[in-house]
Amino acid sequence: MHRFKVVLALAVAMALVPMASAQPQASQVLRWNVATDLETLDPAKSTGIPEATVIYLLYEGLTQRDAKGRLVPGMAERWDISKDGLTWTFYLRQARWSNGQMVTAADFEFAWKRALDPAVASDYAYQLYYLKNGKAYNTGKIKDAGQVGVVAKDARTLVVTLENPTPFFGDLLSFHTLMPVPKAVVTTTPLWAGKAETFVGNGPFVLKEWRRQNRIVVERNPQYWDAQSIKLARIEFSMIEAESTALAQYEAGQLDGSSNVPVADIPRLMKSGDFKAMPYIGTYYYLFNTTRKPLDDARVRRALAFAINRTLITARITRAGEKPAVGFVPSGIVVNGVDFRAAGGALMPVYDPALAKRLLAEAGYPDGKGFPVLTILYNTSQRHKTIAEAIQEMWRQNLGIKVNLTNQEWKVYLQTREEHNFDIARAGWIGDYRDPKTFLDMFITGSSFNEGLWSNNAYDRFVEATTKTADQTARMKAFHEAEKIFIREMPLAPIYFYVNPILFKPYVQGLESDPTGPPLLRSVWIVGS
Amino acid sequence: MATTIMRKGRPAAVEQERPRVGFWGDAWRRLRRNRAAMAGLWITVFLMIAALIGPPLSPYRYSDQDFDHIFEGPSRAHWFGTDELGRDLLTRVLYGARISLSIGFVASFVNVVIGVTYGAISGYFGGKIDNLMMRIVDVIYGVPLLLWVILLMVVLEPGLINIYIALGTVYWLTMARIVRGQVLSLREREFTEAARALGVSTPRILLRHIVPNTMGPIIVTMTLSVPQAIFVEAFLSYIGLGVQAPMASWGSLASDATEVLRVAPHLVFFPGLAIVITMLAFNFLGDGLRDALDPRLRGTM
Amino acid sequence: MSRFIVRRLVSMLLVLWVVTTLTFALMKAIPGGPFTAEKRLPPEVLVNLEARYRLNDPLWKQYLDYLGNMARFDLGPSFKYEDLTVNDIIREGFPVSAELGVLALLFALAVGVPAGLVSALRQYSTADYISMLWALLGVSIPSFLLATLFIYVFGLRLHVLPAGGWGTPAHVLLPAIALGMYPTGFIARLTRSSMLEVIRQDYVRTARAKGLAEIVVTYRHALKNAIIPVVTYLGPITAAVLTGSFVVERIFAIPGLGRHFVTSIYNRDYTVIMGTTVFYSVFLVGMNLVVDVAYGFLDPRIRFD
Repeated sequence: MHRFKVVLALAVAMALVPMASAQPQASQVLRWNVATDLETLDPAKSTGIPEATVIYLLYEGLTQRDAKGRLVPGMAERWDISKDGLTWTFYLRQARWSNGQMVTAADFEFAWKRALDPAVASDYAYQLYYLKNGKAYNTGKIKDAGQVGVVAKDARTLVVTLENPTPFFGDLLSFHTLMPVPKAVVTTTPLWAGKAETFVGNGPFVLKEWRRQNRIVVERNPQYWDAQSIKLARIEFSMIEAESTALAQYEAGQLDGSSNVPVADIPRLMKSGDFKAMPYIGTYYYLFNTTRKPLDDARVRRALAFAINRTLITARITRAGEKPAVGFVPSGIVVNGVDFRAAGGALMPVYDPALAKRLLAEAGYPDGKGFPVLTILYNTSQRHKTIAEAIQEMWRQNLGIKVNLTNQEWKVYLQTREEHNFDIARAGWIGDYRDPKTFLDMFITGSSFNEGLWSNNAYDRFVEATTKTADQTARMKAFHEAEKIFIREMPLAPIYFYVNPILFKPYVQGLESDPTGPPLLRSVWIVGS
Repeated sequence: MATTIMRKGRPAAVEQERPRVGFWGDAWRRLRRNRAAMAGLWITVFLMIAALIGPPLSPYRYSDQDFDHIFEGPSRAHWFGTDELGRDLLTRVLYGARISLSIGFVASFVNVVIGVTYGAISGYFGGKIDNLMMRIVDVIYGVPLLLWVILLMVVLEPGLINIYIALGTVYWLTMARIVRGQVLSLREREFTEAARALGVSTPRILLRHIVPNTMGPIIVTMTLSVPQAIFVEAFLSYIGLGVQAPMASWGSLASDATEVLRVAPHLVFFPGLAIVITMLAFNFLGDGLRDALDPRLRGTM
Repeated sequence: MSRFIVRRLVSMLLVLWVVTTLTFALMKAIPGGPFTAEKRLPPEVLVNLEARYRLNDPLWKQYLDYLGNMARFDLGPSFKYEDLTVNDIIREGFPVSAELGVLALLFALAVGVPAGLVSALRQYSTADYISMLWALLGVSIPSFLLATLFIYVFGLRLHVLPAGGWGTPAHVLLPAIALGMYPTGFIARLTRSSMLEVIRQDYVRTARAKGLAEIVVTYRHALKNAIIPVVTYLGPITAAVLTGSFVVERIFAIPGLGRHFVTSIYNRDYTVIMGTTVFYSVFLVGMNLVVDVAYGFLDPRIRFD
């Protein structure tokens, strides 16, 4: 009897062994294509997605970067927010830099002020304009950095004072611009972030190797405070710009994942399950120059917008699962559990040629008669060209108007837009944080991003109002009203909401993607083969 | 029929009367005998005719989109298949012929007129003139073409003219250098010295004696540079200098389609085939012309 | 001869100066600068940034500063890659491009010259037609298409070579061939046509009649003359190929110098534009000098004055 129990126990144990071997056994090395070489690993100066991808591995901010936008404690164990929402106090945990020195609040104060320093001229300094005197310091109106609203009260306490109530400030805490930098290292070695030998970070990984245009290798940081939760031993980044080559390497087994995917292969890759359309808070649109006739007439703009068959474009041209735009703010901005786009609903039809024709006739151009020949401006790219060609045809068929297409090289195109030297310009915008403000405040009167020079006082007032209160319900209501006005006036024609196309193998588990673009690789593990 | 011909100051000779055809007639006869060259000629003529009358004959326009039939391979409805917007590839290739053939001809013309003349003068006169002319060539080689192209794009309206200007600036450089090299060698030959001694004028020496003896490298360079012109045009159009979408040349069609090579190889194959066939045609024709015009072969074959 | 070389060196410096000046002018004339970006900098910050890089100075001062630095071989910092100087970029990228370029040229010569010779000596034979067809295909198929095809066929389908990347001899083979195809075709055709010219000459026909020893000596002499156009062609091609091909390096993901020529212009990275242009021009004028000296050896009758 006793022996039977032993045998039974053994049998049960053996049955359980396969479950144990579901533990990662394969070498925990991830080979990822980050698509282009990084310009810099200095958080104050980084702007792009490849940079963010690696920075989120090498540094950690007050909170951890979370794909769902939850506030997960990072360097800060806990924090207090004052009643008026203007003062945030952070209490840091015991954590070290990769060179052994302690991470202190002074490192955060130094890093944020550095990002705002006009001499450093960071492209993303505006992410810190929410700090008291942040903008003033950055634009040189005040010279004393001491007046900026971030102070290290002691080694482990950071006090942040905001200019206005900013409920979404929590989302920004983990953004790559707000990462700390080791003050002692930066002041002695200004180019510390350029080489693996001098690099110092506080994140889950350390920089082992950086060969320009070629590869970056990061390895697990045993000094990281939560090192036990990190399963990957190493990540090797390639920099393959040619998408078809990246796909070939992926399919040949040289890569485990890639941040770029050839568009033409997407339908096939969707079927095979390799392609993942990740959430991306971005909108693709055509901007109208409202100072040029007949684009100064909202009916004309609306006619042009409704004559675009968005379903066709997303189903037949982009084909990666993008959604036709029914407003300007895309899905994925969730505030207090409510998705802004879902709550706002469809503010415009996805395609209504009949309505478009009527509007155009109302504006004085029945069947397109007398309508001047406008030009669509786009920057050099296959995708933009194909979409423009499709829209050119749609407008011809639905409205009877002729438009020309003109393609400009990137910087020439940017300059043309800046100089308002266009009729209709293709554009796209990816949000920086989870709040409608990142989309809607671009178009207030006088904003430098408002290249179509549209102006509407009611809209301005609604957007302004959202900066004066911390009450999210009130803010969202104001944003919805603003967006309604926006779509009624149609200063631009939204076309589709982006998805973030990435590729990774089924044995890569735990990968999530940040809706502002970069894949979040720290939580990844490789399943045994 | 035998005839006795008396010539002033020369011994009388009995000659078989032959039709007098002269240099060009002789050359044409030689060309006609060369089958490959004639094939090249007919293909070129065919392509030109296709470029002219093909597009109007097609049931499709080059911009007609059909989203229900994208990326389709060759079929009865679309002999060459369709592209990413469902446009008929055959029609687009026929339209593209106009652009690509004209690029090819213009480029070859520029090559011959500017390149050969420049190189011949530089090589023949040598010395300081050669040094100056070749250094100018070096400068044009050295300045990045892309910068010049972007400037053209900003300053001029987009269109085919810009392509001609951009190409025209750099296209003749290789030809000039190759001709110069040949001429440097040829001007030391006996026949050149003889011509000089006889008092033949310099332009005549160049035109009648030197250039015909460089026909080989000239023809080769001319025909082999054409695909380069086609692909440079494709690149220039891609970045916005040349014809704007939806117009496309063979080069644009082929290079745009490289991205979708795995999904729709026919989109690369047909324009590419057109380029290769044109190249072969130009090439055999060029070879035949070289043989036909070779003064040493006169009276033979 | 040495006087000739010295005179040429002076001309070369002149060429470099003109190229630098023209490039500088063009660079400043086109719209957009290194800091033109979609997420625009506030004007106050932009002013600071430009002051830091002395882009606010009057153009003539920027120009002279640049020339001065260049004379000291200091090509300046990159605007786009903050931690790198132009010297760094060239130092890291050039050896890679050069390795690739040399192999591509060796391939072109090793395949092209014999192909051309065979075609000339056996004109109108099958071998002639096949090798010429091959040469023509090599010339009409653009390098980007070849590169993409190679990666797909050899890297993915057949799995015999890496699909791009750099680091081992296996990584060099495909890109070298893709890069070398066009020169191969050109060289083959040039060799063939000038060899044909030469063997039709009287002295060659005479030698043929005289027997084998004469043939060998004569053909060697003939080849030396026939090779002149090939050498001419090689001059600029070598400079271009050694400093890197943007297309091939991009598709094969090779960390060479080639991509910088193009991306620096897209980025308006002024210092890198100037640096790469000057670097390439030095090669170019250098190679042309080598070509001219080679002429002297191949055809002793050639004089340059």
